[in-house]
Amino acid sequence: MAATEPRSAPTPVAPPRRRGRRSSVRGWRRTDQLIFALAWLAGLGLCLVAGAIVIFLAIEGLQYLDPKLLVTSPSPAVNQAHSGGFLDPLIGTMTMALLGTLIATPLAVLTAVWVVEYGRPRWLAAVVETSIEMIAGTPDIVIAIFGLAFFQIGILAPFSFRASGGGVYGRSFLAAGIMMSLLALPLTYTATRNGLRAIPRHMREASFALGKTRAATIRRVLMPSLRPDIATGATLGLGRIVGSTAIIVLLLGATLQNSPQNSVPLLGFLRGTGSTLTSYIFFNSPAGEGNAPQKAYAAAFVLLLIVLVLNWAVARISRIGAGSSLNSGRMAR
Amino acid sequence: MLERLRRPWSDDRAERVLGAVACLTAIAIVLMVVFVAERAWPTFSHDGLAWLGGGGSLDSQVNAMVNTSAHPPASVYFLRAWPLIYGTLLTAGFAVIFGLAVSLLTAIFIVDFAPRSVQRVMTPVIRLLASIPSVVYGLIGILVLVPFVGNHLVTAGEKASVQNVVQLTGAGLLVSVVILTVMITPIMTALITDALGSVPRSWHEGAVALGLNPLRATIAVSLRAVRPAVVAAAALATARAIGEAIVIDMVSGGNAFTPKPQDGLIFLFEPLRSLASEIIDQSENVSEPALRSSIYAFALLLMFSGFMLSIASRLVRRPLRKYELSN
Repeated sequence: MAATEPRSAPTPVAPPRRRGRRSSVRGWRRTDQLIFALAWLAGLGLCLVAGAIVIFLAIEGLQYLDPKLLVTSPSPAVNQAHSGGFLDPLIGTMTMALLGTLIATPLAVLTAVWVVEYGRPRWLAAVVETSIEMIAGTPDIVIAIFGLAFFQIGILAPFSFRASGGGVYGRSFLAAGIMMSLLALPLTYTATRNGLRAIPRHMREASFALGKTRAATIRRVLMPSLRPDIATGATLGLGRIVGSTAIIVLLLGATLQNSPQNSVPLLGFLRGTGSTLTSYIFFNSPAGEGNAPQKAYAAAFVLLLIVLVLNWAVARISRIGAGSSLNSGRMAR
Repeated sequence: MLERLRRPWSDDRAERVLGAVACLTAIAIVLMVVFVAERAWPTFSHDGLAWLGGGGSLDSQVNAMVNTSAHPPASVYFLRAWPLIYGTLLTAGFAVIFGLAVSLLTAIFIVDFAPRSVQRVMTPVIRLLASIPSVVYGLIGILVLVPFVGNHLVTAGEKASVQNVVQLTGAGLLVSVVILTVMITPIMTALITDALGSVPRSWHEGAVALGLNPLRATIAVSLRAVRPAVVAAAALATARAIGEAIVIDMVSGGNAFTPKPQDGLIFLFEPLRSLASEIIDQSENVSEPALRSSIYAFALLLMFSGFMLSIASRLVRRPLRKYELSN
């Protein structure tokens, strides 16, 4: 049923319904005129808020943003001139994004393909759908606090390290990355699922008629046209990962510098603690211990740039793919 | 081995492998719920559901939970978390009410009134607002809005009048609600605009032909048709607002105080704390058994509400499918 739906999602903004009726607003009832004015106010107000945030952060950020900040490690110091830059948080953010997306995307895509293309037994598919809906509705702070307890279980010590007392510390890049993937999972899943459902059934039937198996159809026919959807979903997930603070504060230890656990090149780093741009901003805001607003502004500006680039990428990708919708896959539906 | 993988998969095999992955995902998520519930159990077994209610000072209850032995006496588990629940409901409730009003107006603006050039700007603007990380909102809140409210909106007399009870710094209900509103409005606007855009044009035109002005036609026909989508959008936004930890932690004053409406205008400036921000605050003490179970009880409550809200939004949206107004 769903598979026969037309490919194009409802257009987000219908073109203006009629032209040249603005002069008639005068003839409306008072209440209608008021609503009309309020609607304009709300729309322009939102634009204004967005513009103000971007411009404000750009001014404050650029004022303090020094190329040196991007390549020096942070260090604890009261004087802001000596507290270093945010190289480590930048690396942390990238690691987190990479780790989370690498785990979430295959899981989400395979799950979505199974639910839409096979989905038998029915009840099992319903359970899978519901559980993903559940994770979509779960606040990231809950995922974080779950991860903290989960990775402190004794046998999961390889994911982080044992603290001096013998207990498992439970905070590391690996732990945070795995939990981050739970954030990205529903977004990628929904985008993939909606993409699959939007592929007309005759595409599949044509492939079956040529004697291809279901598996080959998925691999050769569905996957290629699904690529923009997966990319959109993964990028949305990436944005969510980059912006999440709670998981980092709780699960990455939020140490100022990335501190590898041991000297094993990559694994030691992943098992160690560190920080990302979000936890760096939190740490340097008046709410954190660092309290260096200038550094926080500079880092916030960098983070905003990353988000802007990701947004642009999503818009770009979904324009390549057919149905571009204002919130394509943003919310789990 | 690799050779076997590279050969085309049989249907059977693909189904089994994909099914296994799907089940794995589901099991991981279900396990998470069970795990959190298990951790929260001591709070439920000691306090029943009474911990959702009020009574006593939350701060002293929490302090009693810190620095206990590994097997604390039952009295330590005493918890009455109403201030946190109240703070959560208050901030989320106000934010959703204001956000809903703004996003309904914005959606009508985008669909009906905006010139095409403005329309083209609105989509990326809303996307941007929806994707700005919460910590950036929190930073602007704590560095710009809190000092502004503290210095210009709260008078010295108001500060002095309650200084024995609570400090009014500017951080509190007002700033929390403002920031939360800005955070959830774009989500609702996007969903409502989408829904309005999918109403067949002829419905609207029919109403205009019957003599309604375009605004009335939108309200009477289009908006009414997508009412379930509006409710669903509000539910999802509520879930987001309830779970927001970092922002509330930064701009709410971090005091388990319950703002009292009878205090008049000061009500708006009184500090508060929400369930989610309390989890952040107490996360360092998670090794204390009694406090741990309380934290997981908060987490369970948040998870439960979030789940209920997303189920509700799905159920409510169901009638829309009949008219193919929603995918």
